[in-house]
Amino acid sequence: MFDLTGKNALVTGASGGIGAAVATALHAAGAAVALSGTREAPLQELAARLGSRAHVVTANLGDAAAVEALPKQAAAAMGSVDILVNNAGITRDNLFMRMSDEEWAQVIEVNLTSSFRLARGVLRGMMKARWGRIVSITSIVGQTGNPGQGNYAAAKAGLVGMSKSLAYEVASRGVTVNCVAPGFIETPMTAALNDEQKSRILGQIPAGRMGRPDEIAAAVLYLSSPQAGYVTGATLHVNGGMAMV
Amino acid sequence: MSDIADRVKKIVVEHLGVEEDKVVETASFIDDLGADSLDTVELVMAFEEEFGIEIPDDAAETIQTFGDAVKFIQQATA
Repeated sequence: MFDLTGKNALVTGASGGIGAAVATALHAAGAAVALSGTREAPLQELAARLGSRAHVVTANLGDAAAVEALPKQAAAAMGSVDILVNNAGITRDNLFMRMSDEEWAQVIEVNLTSSFRLARGVLRGMMKARWGRIVSITSIVGQTGNPGQGNYAAAKAGLVGMSKSLAYEVASRGVTVNCVAPGFIETPMTAALNDEQKSRILGQIPAGRMGRPDEIAAAVLYLSSPQAGYVTGATLHVNGGMAMV
Repeated sequence: MSDIADRVKKIVVEHLGVEEDKVVETASFIDDLGADSLDTVELVMAFEEEFGIEIPDDAAETIQTFGDAVKFIQQATA
């Protein structure tokens, strides 16, 4: 249904569970993809699995210079960046009273500030082309909060405010800016939870199960498509009914 | 009129969709030619590309009129 033939997408955190699924979905719809992440081996593996139209561009998103360079690297590999998916994210959980400045700063830097820098870096090309899609993966905890995740929730809520502001600025140029907010998804990040935590979480999800990465990817695919051209400044919640906001 | 002024005028006419005779030296992009703030950013981007120059943000802020743009580019390419 969604055809991205001829579009070029940069996906950060593409070695992770959701990032790999997003890259796979965009690629299957015909897009070329630049896979970004810190670990090269899993990115190369994914690129090999996808075959043609897949490029690896490693970058440490905690490094401002590397982030500035990333849109240029991706454009050099693919010709342009028409779709940016800000997916990379880290957690440094701690109780608020114990949270260090470093734990706070790292999460804000990688999850929020790098997304700002990447969006700024790809805008020129998108505005000239009069077409662009920026999709940021936020989280349900950006809306609801979560104990132990003051830094992560702040960064994820920050992405929503950033996206809405940018959406205003560039809507008239054919560039849309949206967020996808996953609930609990089966990924390495949630695999770290113990059984008791998991069953407590499942009790709060009307769907009675965790989500799958491809269910997040489908939401990103929609927002990246030509058909979603009238959707901007929105957050699409994909959480099994866990929070109906 | 100089070659630079002609090229700048062409960009302004195309980008803002205004009549050529409205683009006079004292014409303000925003007040007289109907540009919004994003248009002015895009005009600067277009000038940079056309003339192969870098226009830093603080310099871009001083470019308010067609005449300002021509003068700046003449100096930058001199």
